[in-house]
Amino acid sequence: MIEVKNLVKRYGTKIAVNGVSFKVNRGDILGFLGPNGAGKSTTMKMITGFLHPDSGSALIDGLDVATDPVLVKKKFGYLPESAPSYPEMTVQEFLGFIAEIRGFRANEINIPVDRVITLTHLEPVRKQTLETLSKGYKQRVGFAQALLHDPVALILDEPTDGLDPNQKNEVRNLIKSMASEKAVILSTHILEEVEAICNRVIIISQGKVIVDETPALLQARQPGARLDEIFRTLTLSDS
Amino acid sequence: MKQVVPIFKREFGGYFRTPVAYVFLIAFLVISISLAFSRFGGFYDSGIASLDRYFIFYPWVFLFFVPAVGMRLWSEERRSGSIELLFTLPITTLEAVVGKYLAGWAFLTLAIILSLPMAFTVAYLGSPDWGILVSSYLGAILMAGSYLGVCSLTSACTKNQVISFVFGLICCAALMFLGLSAFTNFLESILPIGVAGAISNFSFVTHFEAFTKGIIDPKDIMFFLSLTCFTLFLNVLVLEN
Repeated sequence: MIEVKNLVKRYGTKIAVNGVSFKVNRGDILGFLGPNGAGKSTTMKMITGFLHPDSGSALIDGLDVATDPVLVKKKFGYLPESAPSYPEMTVQEFLGFIAEIRGFRANEINIPVDRVITLTHLEPVRKQTLETLSKGYKQRVGFAQALLHDPVALILDEPTDGLDPNQKNEVRNLIKSMASEKAVILSTHILEEVEAICNRVIIISQGKVIVDETPALLQARQPGARLDEIFRTLTLSDS
Repeated sequence: MKQVVPIFKREFGGYFRTPVAYVFLIAFLVISISLAFSRFGGFYDSGIASLDRYFIFYPWVFLFFVPAVGMRLWSEERRSGSIELLFTLPITTLEAVVGKYLAGWAFLTLAIILSLPMAFTVAYLGSPDWGILVSSYLGAILMAGSYLGVCSLTSACTKNQVISFVFGLICCAALMFLGLSAFTNFLESILPIGVAGAISNFSFVTHFEAFTKGIIDPKDIMFFLSLTCFTLFLNVLVLEN
């Protein structure tokens, strides 16, 4: 479903992403881990076509984002880091705007908007402007706009960032419940999240993939140790 | 190009979601009209039933007001990070540029049209030539479009709105001063007339003046439209790289 081949991105002399390759199939929830600055967000930005890679390619459903950007962008939903939006719009206006761009006709926009508002429990703030929302609500609005067109691929950059434990749990359950028919990539700092919902883990460090396996296998590397300890050994020894 | 519509609607509505639009419209009308009635304008003293004394200040007023409208077009998206959301939606860069630009232009057109009571005042006081009034308004709208094209481009170059404003103002000022008679006289004194003429041809003022005299020359229309298209083309290039 999502296929990443040898992506490379340089910023000046610094290599942010250095030959990252992986595949995500339908039904997979891939946890994308790595220390800050390891290249997680940069990789996601290249998959979504926001950044152009210096070499390599990213394909979704067999289509290359560099050659068919508009077609590819129809296929995925993307939650950028810290869920940017338009602060002066209300939740309903914002989701309506995204739905219109996603190609829903003006008279049927309410159907997908109502669906995601229910799904992400945004009903109480529906008429509020985005700038008045708490971080948790903003994050959920960002998540809601990614789900509007029921995409086959979901790319989520820190989807549970800023949520309280209950909300985190809710978002995780939501992702899990949708995973069977979608390919999901989510980046996170929270290792328990990986254990809770992911069926695959990729750890990148200094722009390279250093681990690509199931959470169980990652755990088996150091039996008895906690995941964050394993994470630390792996990413420290690398630097 | 049908995705231009939602972009346009959001951007145009965006002006009115905050007090910015109202502050802008009122300030624009108050300042442009006061200039006409001031001793520099001499609206009454001229004793002529025309808006010549009103439109003569437009290139100057636009110099400050159009960068104010244009500065947020892209700087704001870049600063808040919403540009990442926008460009991962299924639209082309051109659609986004055109949609936002048209929204800004429609807003400026609204500001210009709201000055119509000036025309009615002139019609009440005397009997103006309506042909000249119509061509002046057309010229003003086209000129606003070209100013905005320049400012949209400068806005795409930076995430800081203040820099975007100042940079837009400087570029528009350069394009305006080229056509002022003091400047063209100076150019003609140091350069061959043909070259000086060619340079002053790139000015907003040279082309706008014809409209205020009631002349709708396809060459002037082409000037404004091609300058706009050129700046929007550069705008797309800047955003894609």
